[in-house]
Amino acid sequence: MNLTPRLFKTYASRSINNPRLRKTYRFATHHALAKRLQVIQEVPEWEALRDRAHEIKEEVIDHLDVYLEKLETKVTANGGKVFWARDGKEASDYILEVARRIRARTVVKSKSMTTEEIGLAHTLEENQLEPVETDLGEYIIQLAHEWPSHLTAPALHKTRAEVGELFAEKLGIPYTDVPEELCEVARKLLRGKFLQAELGISGVNFALADTGTVVIVENEGNARLSTTMPRVHIAVMGLEKVIPAFADLSVFLRLLARSSTGQKQTSYVSLISSPRQPGELDGPEEFHLVILDNGRTEILKDPKMRESLFCIRCGACLNTCPVYQRVGGHAYGSVYPGPIGAVITPMFQGVEVAKDLPYASSLCGSCTAICPVKIDIHHMLLWLRKQVVESQGTPWQERLAMKLYLAGMSDSTLYRLGSRAVRWALKFSGRKSQPMKVPGWTETRDFPPLAEKSFKTLWKELEKDDQRLIHANGHK
Amino acid sequence: MKVSLFIPCLTDQFFPQVGINLYKVLKKAGAEVDYPAEQTCCGQPAFNSGYHAEAIELAQRFLKVFRNSQYIVAPSGSCTSMVKMFYPEILEDPGLHELLHDITTKTYEFSDFLVNVMGVKDLGVHFPHKVTYHDACHLLRELKVKEAPRDLMRHVRGLELIEMEQSESCCGFGGTFSVKYPEISTAMSEDKAATIAGTGAEYVVANDSSCLMQIGGYLSRKGFAAKPMHLADLLGENL
Repeated sequence: MNLTPRLFKTYASRSINNPRLRKTYRFATHHALAKRLQVIQEVPEWEALRDRAHEIKEEVIDHLDVYLEKLETKVTANGGKVFWARDGKEASDYILEVARRIRARTVVKSKSMTTEEIGLAHTLEENQLEPVETDLGEYIIQLAHEWPSHLTAPALHKTRAEVGELFAEKLGIPYTDVPEELCEVARKLLRGKFLQAELGISGVNFALADTGTVVIVENEGNARLSTTMPRVHIAVMGLEKVIPAFADLSVFLRLLARSSTGQKQTSYVSLISSPRQPGELDGPEEFHLVILDNGRTEILKDPKMRESLFCIRCGACLNTCPVYQRVGGHAYGSVYPGPIGAVITPMFQGVEVAKDLPYASSLCGSCTAICPVKIDIHHMLLWLRKQVVESQGTPWQERLAMKLYLAGMSDSTLYRLGSRAVRWALKFSGRKSQPMKVPGWTETRDFPPLAEKSFKTLWKELEKDDQRLIHANGHK
Repeated sequence: MKVSLFIPCLTDQFFPQVGINLYKVLKKAGAEVDYPAEQTCCGQPAFNSGYHAEAIELAQRFLKVFRNSQYIVAPSGSCTSMVKMFYPEILEDPGLHELLHDITTKTYEFSDFLVNVMGVKDLGVHFPHKVTYHDACHLLRELKVKEAPRDLMRHVRGLELIEMEQSESCCGFGGTFSVKYPEISTAMSEDKAATIAGTGAEYVVANDSSCLMQIGGYLSRKGFAAKPMHLADLLGENL
């Protein structure tokens, strides 16, 4: 598989015809939804929290320049270093430069979608460094040379048997599919890497502008080790991750853990405000914060789409999406899958490249209904479809059909004549009584026959004789 | 109370009896009913496919056709939400603002209209059957109508409503989605059919012909016993 949204149709078809994969996704997504439902029921103010989170994000995104500069000032004052990266290359180059300066060899990474977005691990590898993913799910997909299939559960698509086989093959251990045993193997191996690594790289869940603090939530303790054991810590954040103040954090922490993993709180919440201070016994000597744009300010310019920058990457919209549940994360050909991925991938990579994604939705709206920060996800898909049409991204047959449709619907006489003509044609071609064949539909579902008389015709008759019609045509 | 029927194009061409039954139900509830004959399509197929210019033309046309109506009532949550929720998003012409506001506030999906505007729940219907109800996505999540159809069914003599699991999950229709992605769409129907069958109901009721076309098309192809039925048909045929 290649990491490209151009192949969505092929990938989706492949995974939908893979019963094992279907079952895995079904189980995992339904399980996550059930857990979420349970823990949000304990929060009577859930809706108010969502509204508050939306308001805070709105405030930030509307004044992003102000909050980011405040963040930079604070981080710098605390002894950290801020680097502004316009794109993935600038971010990677900066990180490589730091790595070279400190003569790093091994780099421990904690889970970060932003570094996945810029393909950082790959770049590090190309530059003779040894990047080690330390989140268990990420470690699994690193061993398998794959990319994450879910925002919060990167190896969600893998069964434990597959992980067992992978570990046996790549790590040379005897096969086991007991999760505890597999965990133990990874744990031992990763401990060594934590001790060995000169550089630790993490993502950022929230960056607090008023204190210059980066907040990282996780369940395995690997992020805490990655950010404290090595001599240097680099945190990489998308520029939308800033929130105004420490006081806002609780709103998001309560929403994030419940929405993503169905936990009240993640096992670890790390707040990092500075490198090691004089007199402190541990912590890195250097702390760098890379603030990444990579297309985000372009999204900011588009008032219809800017809400997509509110995303806290909880993954709830993936779990609830009937399309994601069935095609899985890899089908999207992007590190950001699911409904929110279908919104931001075309924004990052261009609608020409990702034109199939906005259409990969029945517009059921369950993504919007579940989103903890109330992003209007499915309406954004509609706006992206408009962009696809405007960039001539739809087939000419469809564009022609729309022209004919508009002509027919713009004139009720034409509409009536057309509907009569179709019935006439069906009658004389002798196909009236046969089931209709509709490409793309009738391979798997029956299609209803055209009614003998349209409602318009029936209404005319009804106006003539109300009672007769009700009794003659009302019953079918 | 004067009500104008808004009969979506799919209903007009494939399920006209839904319109007739809606007429009967509204009359029974005490409304005066007319049908602006100039109406065609609300523009949703174009809008949902990204063809906004076409959708805007049809939206403007809709406003003209229904400008004199007191209430506009449709047997579809989907087409109602196109008018109520999406017209304001695409019609930016300030000259239309007043008319637009007027139209969106007086347009209703029929179960919502009966229960919440007319205050009618009991139409004296008799239907001694087991039914299950599918929450159509737009009706539920755009218009937030969940109880009104159930209220109406609870007042039907003999009707036993058995809730299916995940009644709020999409049936897989989604307009052109159903033909652009037939495999995904059908996979969604597959699960919907299983939850319907799980209730043992004889009928699966919904308030949108489009969902019923999808669900019904899958049920009949696979030989399931349950039959699709529009709520307007259930009520109108058994008054």
